[in-house]
Amino acid sequence: MYSASDLKKGLKIELDGEPYIVTDFEFSKPGKGQALYKTRLKNMLTGNAFEKTFRSNDKFVKAPLEERTMQFLYSQGEDYFFMDNKTFDQISITAEQLGENTNFLTDNMEVDVLLFGEQAIGVTLPSSVTLTVTKADPWVKGDTSGSDSKPVTVETGYVLQVPPFIEEGEKIQIDTRSGAYITRVKE
Amino acid sequence: MSDEAVICSENILWRRACLIQKVRDFFIDRGYLEVDTPLLQPFCIPEGHIEPAKSGDCFLQPSPELAMKTILADGHPRIFQICRCFRAGERGGHHLPEFTMLEWYRTSIDYRELMGECEELLKFLASSLGEGFSFPWKESIEKQWPRTTVAELFREYGLLTPEEALREDLFEEILVDRIEPHLGLSLPVFVYDYPAVLGSLARLKPGDDSLAERFELYVNGLELANGFSELVDSREQRLRFEKERQILQDKGINPGPMPEDFLASLDSIPPAAGIALGIDRLIMISCGLVTIDEAVAMVSEAC
Repeated sequence: MYSASDLKKGLKIELDGEPYIVTDFEFSKPGKGQALYKTRLKNMLTGNAFEKTFRSNDKFVKAPLEERTMQFLYSQGEDYFFMDNKTFDQISITAEQLGENTNFLTDNMEVDVLLFGEQAIGVTLPSSVTLTVTKADPWVKGDTSGSDSKPVTVETGYVLQVPPFIEEGEKIQIDTRSGAYITRVKE
Repeated sequence: MSDEAVICSENILWRRACLIQKVRDFFIDRGYLEVDTPLLQPFCIPEGHIEPAKSGDCFLQPSPELAMKTILADGHPRIFQICRCFRAGERGGHHLPEFTMLEWYRTSIDYRELMGECEELLKFLASSLGEGFSFPWKESIEKQWPRTTVAELFREYGLLTPEEALREDLFEEILVDRIEPHLGLSLPVFVYDYPAVLGSLARLKPGDDSLAERFELYVNGLELANGFSELVDSREQRLRFEKERQILQDKGINPGPMPEDFLASLDSIPPAAGIALGIDRLIMISCGLVTIDEAVAMVSEAC
């Protein structure tokens, strides 16, 4: 059980049966008056945000969240399917919930899935992934145009800027948080 | 008192030390006695919305108010103290559970005269501290600071009267959300005459016992100081303490024993006024800092 004094940015709580994350927190206390714990809460299922002020005697529970390592199986339309390698449970997560993570998911990749009860909220990818370049303009040696990067497409369809020497069929490492090129991967 | 600007390094510890030294100069020049009372106390002020910090069987003082008034009762007419205070669970951009307070007490004046002395202190600091400081009132030092009542502020911004807000348990929300953001933006402002129920250790207003002679000073929406015409009637004070102790008990907080020594000395204090001013917040305001953490030597989130 949490009380208002436990509130801080990043705390995950359950309200009316739904999980919320505290995205902003401010403690205020007018002289001789009651303490006010002002929060901005984001619903972890819907993404909806709102402001709520708690008083010192308010109590609430920790959101029952669990993280499980799962393997990405395949996607079908907007649904992405994952499997727990221990229990063989399968779950689906929508592209909307996955957000930009869909740029980096390849078959059989292991990811951490955050669950609220049986419901998946989102995934955490490894901090970098290695993907194959499927489309790139050829590198013209001695190119004097002065450009130090060019766009390429990788196997997931994601397009990013890379150095001009990267060619089709090569593997590159990408930072999953920034989406940026890190390095070429030699086989 | 010199007009010469003190040169302080940019380092916050130097600025903090310079400011505290100037505060001492101000009071010592005016014949105030600097006192040094125990932080560890067998009892603490019962205030319903202040959770005391415990240390063993004793309390770490939430303010030096009781000890200082006991000294006032012993016949010292002007006293000041710069000390640490402790309040459990108070942590935010403007709150630390351990912070530095300046308190001063003076006999034969009331809260209005004390507002004047508070203004003089803060103007003295602005004119005597130079490099590294940016007191918001420095450029308009000759202007008198405005004073406004709680009732006027609720009328202007609050939608409800203070009494209605108290009845609906919305007083703090209205104050924090609707009123405080307007306070002290061009010049610091004194807000005075609080509802009697929020009087704490303040005397009720002669001729209107629905109000307490209490004031707060606001700068840029931030509360900097709280002062009273002191209540020097032990019977009335005991009744208020009993109510506050009940509020603490209802929250499951042990209020400790009734401060009997303090109550026994209270009736021998002549008419007096006293004020508490947050030094860390003053350093924030005068050095243009955003959070209270930047104003102190170090902060531990573990305490």
